[in-house]
Amino acid sequence: MVMWRSLIKRELQLLGRQKADWLNPLVFFLLVLSLFPLGIGPEPGMLKQIAPGLVWIAALLSVLLSAERLFKDDYRYGVIEQLVAGRQGLFSYVTAKICCHWLSTGVPLILVSPLIAVLLGLDWQSWQVLIVTLILGTPVLSLLSVLGAALTMAADKGGILQALIILPLYIPLLIFASGAMEAAATALPYTGQLAVLLAFLLFALALVPLAVRQALRMNVG
Amino acid sequence: MWGSMFRWLDPYAKPETLYHLCGRLLPYLMGLAVFTLVLGNIWGLAFSPADYQQGDSYRIIYIHVPSAIWSMGAYSSMAIAAFIGLVWQIRVAQWAVLAIAPIGAVYTAIALITGAAWGKPMWGTWWVWDARLTSELVLLFLYLGVIALAGAFSEAARGIKVASLLAIVGVVNLPIIHFSVEWWNTLHQGATITKFAKPSIDPSMLWPLLVSLLGFALLLAALTCLRLRSQILMFEQHRPWVRQLVESKNGEQN
Repeated sequence: MVMWRSLIKRELQLLGRQKADWLNPLVFFLLVLSLFPLGIGPEPGMLKQIAPGLVWIAALLSVLLSAERLFKDDYRYGVIEQLVAGRQGLFSYVTAKICCHWLSTGVPLILVSPLIAVLLGLDWQSWQVLIVTLILGTPVLSLLSVLGAALTMAADKGGILQALIILPLYIPLLIFASGAMEAAATALPYTGQLAVLLAFLLFALALVPLAVRQALRMNVG
Repeated sequence: MWGSMFRWLDPYAKPETLYHLCGRLLPYLMGLAVFTLVLGNIWGLAFSPADYQQGDSYRIIYIHVPSAIWSMGAYSSMAIAAFIGLVWQIRVAQWAVLAIAPIGAVYTAIALITGAAWGKPMWGTWWVWDARLTSELVLLFLYLGVIALAGAFSEAARGIKVASLLAIVGVVNLPIIHFSVEWWNTLHQGATITKFAKPSIDPSMLWPLLVSLLGFALLLAALTCLRLRSQILMFEQHRPWVRQLVESKNGEQN
């Protein structure tokens, strides 16, 4: 626990010093969202209709983008090698990394959601559902992105490879998150979709950290 | 209990033994595969009756259904090999992952292409965003991900391990993806043959389909043996037994 706390502290300090790591994905998210009205026309009715899918696709891409360099520096400086050799702290390191990744990318998305609601003309009800889906969904995005970053850590070609292997795994999340928002927009019950999202979150929370730890071990070799 | 139950498999974890086993199996598997595929397809294409609704165009089922079923079968076998390779650290099982992946990807592509060709006359469109089509497309992406990840490392052995882990993650995710897209949208006809119910197809059409199904399975096994043999040679190229093998082959030719 002491180790975990100090690892969290270290991650947060690093994020505080390298602001681009969490600011750029956020700006990217807003930029992508503002490109869509420019590309397909500004009619409020149409925007409202496609808003659920739009917000979620932009969120997936920006979270994916932020995860690309997640382990690169620690790998280069030998931090991960030490943790693997040490046999103790690797799991704490993985969970700390996931927590901080969510704090630095998921939470800002939730905080700017009122702005999204204004940009895309969402009503009060849709905005509430958007926030709930983001709260339940962005941790899953973080978990899967961290897994992608861990798998490709020592690979020669990172970037696009990570997108190729992780985007298919996002599909269920995309379906249920935008499904909940669509249901809410047409005044249908949406608690079912939210329950499924929560189930995904708990399932991923139980298994993904183990897979990430294994992936890091394999990459160090 | 598990240890003693599978003890008889241990010798085959040795690359040299497995290489020779695959070499012995290959001609039989390939011969049977060609025989059953020719039999099943000629029977299906020429001798089974035409469908009362779909006419002759339903006959693509003899390619489409076997390739679709075995695209998933290949993924499961790949994931099982990956699991064995990672848990018991058996290298030949890890190599099998890479041997199966491209075959499975091609089976998936065949299922998608024949499905599109069947969909055009029947549904009036090459592609619809239907649950089964989407799951099959995602399956193709998962295969491509495994292949790409395995190839992205300068040290091939490490790439294969990481790709095996991705194959296992994929197999956990596949049912979730499948049921998600099912819930999302479905238009595809229900499964024609299931284990638990009477098949919704006449026996005169069913038999060639089953023969064809067996043919695709045998072809999968044969190609896996073939590819696994070359994987073994590639990874063991500096071992004495491979050198001896190459020398004796060269000796025969000279």
